[in-house]
Amino acid sequence: MATKEFPPPVKWADDRLGIGKIGKNNLRKVFPDHWSFMLGEIALYSFIILLLTGVFLTFWFKPSMAEVEYQGSYSLLKGLHMSEAYASTLDISFDVRGGLLMRQIHHWAAILFVASMMVHLLRTFFTGAFRKPRELNWVIGFAMLFLGIIEGFIGYGLPDDLLSGTGLRITQGMIQASPVIGTWLSFFIFGGEFPGDDMVSRFFTIHVLLIPGLILALVTAHLFLVVYHKHTQYPGPGRTQKNVIGYPLWPVYTAKAGGFFFVVFGITALMGALLQINPVWLYGPYNPAEVTAGSQPDWYMGWLEGSVRLMPGFESTFWGITLSWNLIIPALLIPPAFVTLVAAYPFIEQWITGDHRDHHLLDRPRNMPTRTGIGAAFITFYGLLWIGGGNDLIATHFGISLNNVTWFLRFAVFLGPVLAFWVTRRIAISLQRADNERLLHGLESGIIVRSPDGEYYEKHSPISKYEAYSLTARDRTLPLEIGPETDDNGVRAPRRALKKVRASLSRFYFADAVQKPTAAEIEEAHAHAHAAHGHEDDHHEAVEGVTGTVEVDDATAHKVVEH
Amino acid sequence: MSEKRLSLSPARFLSARRRHRSAGLVVLLFGLLAVGSAYAAFAPDNAVADTSAQSQQIEEGKKLFAVGCASCHGLNAEGGGNGEGKMAGPSLIGVGAAAVDFQVGTGRMPAMQPGAQIPRKTPSYTPAEIEALAAYVASLAPGPAVPAEESYDISKATDKQVTRGGELFRTNCTACHNFAGKGGALPNGRYAPSLMGVDPKHIYEAMLTGPQQMPVFSDQVLQPEDKRDIIAYLNALQEQKDPGGFGLGRLGPVSEGLWGWLVGIGLLVCVAVWIGAKGVKAKGVRAE
Repeated sequence: MATKEFPPPVKWADDRLGIGKIGKNNLRKVFPDHWSFMLGEIALYSFIILLLTGVFLTFWFKPSMAEVEYQGSYSLLKGLHMSEAYASTLDISFDVRGGLLMRQIHHWAAILFVASMMVHLLRTFFTGAFRKPRELNWVIGFAMLFLGIIEGFIGYGLPDDLLSGTGLRITQGMIQASPVIGTWLSFFIFGGEFPGDDMVSRFFTIHVLLIPGLILALVTAHLFLVVYHKHTQYPGPGRTQKNVIGYPLWPVYTAKAGGFFFVVFGITALMGALLQINPVWLYGPYNPAEVTAGSQPDWYMGWLEGSVRLMPGFESTFWGITLSWNLIIPALLIPPAFVTLVAAYPFIEQWITGDHRDHHLLDRPRNMPTRTGIGAAFITFYGLLWIGGGNDLIATHFGISLNNVTWFLRFAVFLGPVLAFWVTRRIAISLQRADNERLLHGLESGIIVRSPDGEYYEKHSPISKYEAYSLTARDRTLPLEIGPETDDNGVRAPRRALKKVRASLSRFYFADAVQKPTAAEIEEAHAHAHAAHGHEDDHHEAVEGVTGTVEVDDATAHKVVEH
Repeated sequence: MSEKRLSLSPARFLSARRRHRSAGLVVLLFGLLAVGSAYAAFAPDNAVADTSAQSQQIEEGKKLFAVGCASCHGLNAEGGGNGEGKMAGPSLIGVGAAAVDFQVGTGRMPAMQPGAQIPRKTPSYTPAEIEALAAYVASLAPGPAVPAEESYDISKATDKQVTRGGELFRTNCTACHNFAGKGGALPNGRYAPSLMGVDPKHIYEAMLTGPQQMPVFSDQVLQPEDKRDIIAYLNALQEQKDPGGFGLGRLGPVSEGLWGWLVGIGLLVCVAVWIGAKGVKAKGVRAE
């Protein structure tokens, strides 16, 4: 290892930095290969694009609410009074070379950043990659998603155009709806009455300094933990809890990931060049007296918007304090409850299943029917609220009544997730049964055989050993047993009620799951397949012409020839 | 005798006759004639200055009305029920020529079927027929007239006026019609229609008469030059090319999110699948 000397310039650097050793150990680190492992990379690359384009934008953006008269080259707003923030955004769009392209790449990258984090989260969820020892990395990833959404929303608020101002006004309304402290909190955040003069400069610092710094630190921790834990892998031939089958970082993943970075950058740049996003000049400067139809936040806040849009207008007054349930429930209770459930899911599942082992092999979603069902229910709930955020455009574009859309969604957000859970879980269980069929009886060959006794049956061809390995590389999942109520001395077990809850939740998770067949069952099924039709003589020959290779025994072969 | 009397000077003639018993009547007749002529000369209302061509147009409009409109609006435009106690068409007495010109000129009337909102479509009547219908409805009672062409002529609008129109548009119109005049949803199946591709005259008339869900922006609320500036801004919006590329319908963040997910994430996932499916080639041998 150490015998090979570095070339002089590299040696010079290594003598002073000492990173050669780290590189030697880590450049050969093996990562498994699968497309779904690259979704998080999209988020990482979008973040890099955001940093690069964001730095460009700060060179010209003036984070100030000072009033100026616009004299730039966009004639439809010339001579209007507006904030410096909005005027400088117009300047970036029309008078800075490449400014509009940079703005649009920045905005598309933001859309993709949050979207790819969410897709990555779903992959992690459905494959159970969040299980021990990766629970904390799940929480770190979730924190980045949360920060990314806040960061995006603040960025949307910075240009001080009519759309962003309306978005901030709604946010201010939500802040004000907080019981007791609402008014104080709103004054604290906006530095006085909305919109005030401090909004843009405060949000700018949070947008370019605070949150990007936090995300950067979390990205580092996230990637460090990926290296430390080693990457998970899908079950397959030779893959165990103790190894990682794949390719080394250098040169394979350096090339793949490097290439993928350029693809992400290329697609984002193409979108920035071809698809107009956030045309601030059309919205006009923010004026609290104005509003426009189609005022919506960027997609990642859409579910919150929908939650508020769907809520009926309830309000009550106690001791001179007005409680706006129409904002408290949809904006201050439901979203935090939802995100807390998502963030805490690994711990919740671990408590229910009582599974404290390390897991490096991923679950196939069908093998955890209840978890997959819960995921589908969460997606449905989120998706329906998200649709609610665009209820006006759905009404106009599909020619239906706005009220009907809203009323449908008011019921659907409760019924939809239940339905989605049930359907998804049943489908997962059916797929498990299909897997067991394959394991026990093999593939249906499509060849109908008549035995000398006159009996007809379909030939099954056994699946390959590799596939059988992949299908059986999973744990048996049994509901938790809570043991007897009293011990030998007749003393009641402590915390019995809590354990009962846990056991019933565990039954809910695992009672209907299909267990993989035991080795004995597979043996028996294979023996049975031969014995049942009286083909003890195992002289098989291959028959081509159908999918795969099918084995047919002598007697049948003769029959076929005779006919 | 009369020859001699008539040869008297007019002043003396009048003076001599001023106590005649029909003198009062004559003075009254002269007074009425003078007032009537002055009124006819100065009053702008064309209802009084009735020419035969106009009455013919009204007559023609009345016939068209009886065929195409009366089944809902009543034979005399007094409004009509649908036989089930619901209004089929409102009374048109006093809506004015501008309302008729807008409704029929944009094809909204005659309506194909009753509904939450009557959509814009290809007009069923020729311009001459529309004029006749408008003249007939206008003859029933005074109402806003079809605006003169110069009131919505935007060819001479200055940049400053267009900018001013934008401010007025954002203050009065965007809440329903969207920031780019693309329209938006209203409760119970109604909607604010898109303003793109609409004749300036019809936009002017819509502001003047407040069709369907729209409030009336009378000339006291939005003065004629305000209306013209708004139309000039809308025209500028329509002619403006999207500097950022394809405009995604100018609908706001919803369509942007849709494109981000379908095109952006869609393409990137496809590329990830492609890269993931590629194995490693070592010296021409592909390892799986």
